[in-house]
Amino acid sequence: MSQMNIIQAVNSALDTVLEKDPNVCIFGEDVGYFGGVFRCTDGLQSKYGKHRVFDSPLSEGGILSTAIGMGINGLRPVAEIQFSDYIFPAFDQITNELAKLRYRSGGEYWAPVTVRTPSGGGIRGGHYHSQSPEAYFTHTPGLKVVMPSNPHDTKGLLITSIEDDDPVIFFEPKRLYNGPFDGDHKKAALKWDTHPKGEVPDEYYSIPLGQASIERAGSKVTVLAYGTMVHVAREAAISSGIDAEVIDLRSLVPLDIDTITESVKKTGRCVIVHEAPRTSGFGGELSAQIQELCFYHLEAPIVRVTGWDTPFPHSLEWYYFPSQERVIEAMKKVMES
Amino acid sequence: MNKKKTLHVPDAPFRPGDKSDFASLQLPDAGEFEKPDVLVDPSEIRDLAFGLVRVLDDKHKAVGSWDPKLKPAFLKEGLRHMTLLRIFDERMQTMQRQGKLSFYMKSLGEEAVAIAQGMALKPEDILFPSYRQPGLQFVRGRNLVDMICHCITNSKDNVKGRQMPVHYSWKEGNLVSISSPVGTQFPQAVGCAMASAYKGEDNVSISWLGDGTAAEGDFHYAINFASVYKAPVILNVVNNQWAISTHKNFSSGEATFAARGIAYDLPSIRVDGNDFLALYSVTSWAAERARKGEGATLIEVFTYRGEAHSTSDDPTRYRPKDEWESWPLGDPIDRLKKHLISLGKWSNTDQKKLEKELDELVIKSYKEAEKHGTLSEGPWASEETLFEDVYKKPPRHLRKQRQELGI
Repeated sequence: MSQMNIIQAVNSALDTVLEKDPNVCIFGEDVGYFGGVFRCTDGLQSKYGKHRVFDSPLSEGGILSTAIGMGINGLRPVAEIQFSDYIFPAFDQITNELAKLRYRSGGEYWAPVTVRTPSGGGIRGGHYHSQSPEAYFTHTPGLKVVMPSNPHDTKGLLITSIEDDDPVIFFEPKRLYNGPFDGDHKKAALKWDTHPKGEVPDEYYSIPLGQASIERAGSKVTVLAYGTMVHVAREAAISSGIDAEVIDLRSLVPLDIDTITESVKKTGRCVIVHEAPRTSGFGGELSAQIQELCFYHLEAPIVRVTGWDTPFPHSLEWYYFPSQERVIEAMKKVMES
Repeated sequence: MNKKKTLHVPDAPFRPGDKSDFASLQLPDAGEFEKPDVLVDPSEIRDLAFGLVRVLDDKHKAVGSWDPKLKPAFLKEGLRHMTLLRIFDERMQTMQRQGKLSFYMKSLGEEAVAIAQGMALKPEDILFPSYRQPGLQFVRGRNLVDMICHCITNSKDNVKGRQMPVHYSWKEGNLVSISSPVGTQFPQAVGCAMASAYKGEDNVSISWLGDGTAAEGDFHYAINFASVYKAPVILNVVNNQWAISTHKNFSSGEATFAARGIAYDLPSIRVDGNDFLALYSVTSWAAERARKGEGATLIEVFTYRGEAHSTSDDPTRYRPKDEWESWPLGDPIDRLKKHLISLGKWSNTDQKKLEKELDELVIKSYKEAEKHGTLSEGPWASEETLFEDVYKKPPRHLRKQRQELGI
């Protein structure tokens, strides 16, 4: 066991799989010699060699398309897109090619590509260093979509994702890289060493995809969140005094619908929290499924607390970013009915 | 004097009602360009990107240093594949017209491309074709019945009826699943080649896209990554002059496609795409270069799309009806046939006999394929396969959706 932040947990996961499987290779912009703009791949090139951890041209479409070709030819590439805001040049390769390869070839071909990409806001990143584009990918059959919220889950889920024979889009909430963040930007930044999930095994371990984690048990309202919002929702639950159950989804596809419905059937109420814009966001899917499966247990309409339907703003970031106050307000609202 | 400013929009050289005249193409003679050593510095062979490598001359003789000096038996095999492809295409188009296939795309006039190039490769080389290189499968010995079953999308279609016709996939033949989005396979072939180099394997990857598709970003991704990582890949632009109704002038302006490779430091060669021998020779050269660790080659295959873009297209709406007949590089099958005749190894009677034999083979194969189901009546792939192969194992939500459909 070591104390790790999410950056170190990513690095440890990559180190573990590089060691274990000679077909794993890592590439992307600045990931090689320099070790990544967030240091996630620091030291890996010098440890494993230039051909296993290497820099790429500045070309997201090129990174994804060549990763697919490598995957077809037996490698297990881990491609990095420097910011998820820049994944869109590769959107065609991900949605039309990577996601459909196994299906369209009748199972003859597939590419076990993992795409790691920092996402989310709360870092003064403006339009293009803050986005949460997960819903574009959850809407694409053939992809798995994962977003951890702490160092322990990051390592276990990333190892599973890389070893999975299906393609995985692995979102890393960059606001959480160095420490948990509860949405209060005026507070001094916390480090992961204050958090129990900052303890990470040094050796190999994996966490299955499709299993949510109950972040805080409660009986009155279910709060669904993933990524940074897990911490915002948890703090909101504590300070509201409402006996809320906070669930960290961890993987969006496949989704742990059992844990969700079990909780909502128990509490009768549900608040969904995500950073991404509301319209057609993943919260819409969660809300629809809960309505279908828990209709007779619901005591109140499901409420979504999300980013607004605007591009992610720079100076007005904290008006956009779902705050503890907004989550508390939503919990109170569902408790009233 | 100021030139009057207006947006320049190119046009096709000839439109319906015009008489096509390709005299201005300025085609180099066969044998005009020297074959360089495979270890040549790309900067020394820039003329090849603007010229045209040709082996068969106007008298159907093989001339010059690019002559691959192939044995007549090998040439006959190539002629057989090309003839089969033309007959196969014709029969399949007829079936489409009769409603027995939903869609089809012919390779008329481009038969030499995949067949000569495919024959220059080894079976372990990995193919990333576009939708107009079905001939690769003949070269690698694919069962005709299987190809037809795919096109009918019946119960024996190995891609389980999921894709439109001509979207072949054939793992055993190292032919990677074809998809409709154009150009996507081009940089994938580069990645595949990078993996071969990574693993220290000797095989090369090869891909094809059309002149129209060379305008996609994927073309740039591919040639740039191929150059940066010296990937053992052969990248072909099949310039057949037309992208559906759009003339190649909208994709490249006046420039050759091969010329683009020069800026990426790739050896770039323009080749007569209706010349079996030239295509074979240039492809062998590129493959040898790649196997020696020298990296990628860009090839512009200069040819003409003899037929409609697909069964959903009517080319008389945008080009002269008989334009192919005036194409100065002729018909690839006719040219190889006449070369073999000039060698005294073939005759028109032999050709007629071959055509009859192959036509019977295609008809027999078609009948055999229909035993596995027809487009309208089935049987098709079984219903539960709808939910399979989306993932390696169907996750729960897909198993539930399958139950919802009652299967």
